[in-house]
Amino acid sequence: MDFYLTALLLGLCYSAIALGIYISMKIFNIPDITTDGSYTLGAVVTAILLTHHQPPYIILPLVIIAGGTAGAITGFIHTRLKINALLAGILVMTALYSVNLSLMGRSNLPLINLQSIFTIVNIGADPNQNTFWILIVFVAVITLLIGYVLKTDFGIAMRATGNSESMIRSLGVNTDRMKIIGLAVANALTALSGYLISQFQGFTDISMGIGIVIVGLGSVIIGETLINWLKVTSVAVSLLLVLAGAIIFQLVLAVTLDIGVDANLLKLVTAVFVLLIVSLPRITARGKSMF
Amino acid sequence: MIDLNHIHKTFNPGQPNQVNALNGVDLHFAAGEFVVIVGANGSGKSTLLDIVAGSVRPSSGSVHIDKMEVTKMPDYRRSQWIARVFQNPLSGTAPDLSIIDNFRLASIRTRPKGLSIGINETFKNQVRERISTLGMGLENKIEQPMGTLSGGQRQALTLLMSVMDSCKILLLDEPTAALDPKSAQIVMKTAEDLIKHYRLTAILITHNLKDAFTYGSRLMLMAEGRVQKDLDPGQKSALKQSDLFDWFA
Repeated sequence: MDFYLTALLLGLCYSAIALGIYISMKIFNIPDITTDGSYTLGAVVTAILLTHHQPPYIILPLVIIAGGTAGAITGFIHTRLKINALLAGILVMTALYSVNLSLMGRSNLPLINLQSIFTIVNIGADPNQNTFWILIVFVAVITLLIGYVLKTDFGIAMRATGNSESMIRSLGVNTDRMKIIGLAVANALTALSGYLISQFQGFTDISMGIGIVIVGLGSVIIGETLINWLKVTSVAVSLLLVLAGAIIFQLVLAVTLDIGVDANLLKLVTAVFVLLIVSLPRITARGKSMF
Repeated sequence: MIDLNHIHKTFNPGQPNQVNALNGVDLHFAAGEFVVIVGANGSGKSTLLDIVAGSVRPSSGSVHIDKMEVTKMPDYRRSQWIARVFQNPLSGTAPDLSIIDNFRLASIRTRPKGLSIGINETFKNQVRERISTLGMGLENKIEQPMGTLSGGQRQALTLLMSVMDSCKILLLDEPTAALDPKSAQIVMKTAEDLIKHYRLTAILITHNLKDAFTYGSRLMLMAEGRVQKDLDPGQKSALKQSDLFDWFA
């Protein structure tokens, strides 16, 4: 049972990354894989500041700024230098590996016995329960914030940028600037996942970000499948379903481990699972059209 | 209102696929003028409109709007004067956004898009009222995604959206090309009403010679990147529809 509780907590930690990918992929229609780098960057910044005994109100903004800057650089390369978004993301992600390594000075930084976001308040005696409630509050705050922004005039302009660029330019929006802001927000959220995970697992590792983009993508795709199923048009409900996607994703991985699949095969299982989710609507559609 | 001086535009200069879209165009459009431009494909009509809108920059020459030099001003800043309706109904609206979201953006075309929620009941009622003037029954569907509407409905709404905020210039690039005859008629009628009511300076590109004959105060024929014929209101009213067909014979 502990297994599933951990999966739930991981899912909550990864909700920020899922929201980030939702913004870059679904709202801006940009395949952004700066993610692997900005996620680790968030964890690295957290680890360095924690080991230097900095207070949380300094750490959190710096993590957001670090992730946001990474995203803004990708956005700048993509829009101003007219480089394909995928390549721009790969370039920044690759560069970030060195940045992260030199920031940390080594490949692994343990955070055991340090103050963290999970030790700030003590709600219950059970540490897992404590972590759960802190994560719920954290995720609720960022979801409400993103949900609010997407409803404002600025947020509508953001959504239109990924949907009909010619239209929104003729309505007075600098789409290049908008995409840079969008990628900055997306990667700031991704860095927040790194911030949460490093404190949750008690260390930051240079390779923790490898393949993390698939976690975000998988969560968003599960969320999107739910959105299409339930025919949701409301932005707020869509965000909630993306969060649900992040948790379902982790639960499925927990199930595969629970039924005894070799942990070394976890990434393979992840990839196959995402493939299944993506192709499922098409396979069923073809099945129906045959009869 | 709009001045174009010695405009040249060459796409892909020096390459095998070089295209001289505009070869020295000098034009003055007065405020309140409704100009119709006809011409064969590749005659430079759309490039001319893009240069006025700012989505294409001229290779040489200058553009002035309201006596202000705007040659290097990007399209999203010229939106303070200009509203556009595109040939493709998909280009003028955001299909995944609701009708009300689309109208909200249009209503703040000339203003910054800030971090406050602008859609409230007052705004919704105002939009419903505007939409009801079309008589298409869309006023009760403002929460629906724009993409669920037909091309004609979307073009009509795009026209209404252009006057949601202060607007001086309306650019219409074959707005009815993708529409059936009945929808096309509604869209053209709506356009004419709005242009008259708001005293807009309007430029209409069309391949429909009947529309070119019926609408507008000034009529231009373009060919090979130049203005071949330019009829003022007096000359236009003296023109017979058969003369117009002869231009293309």
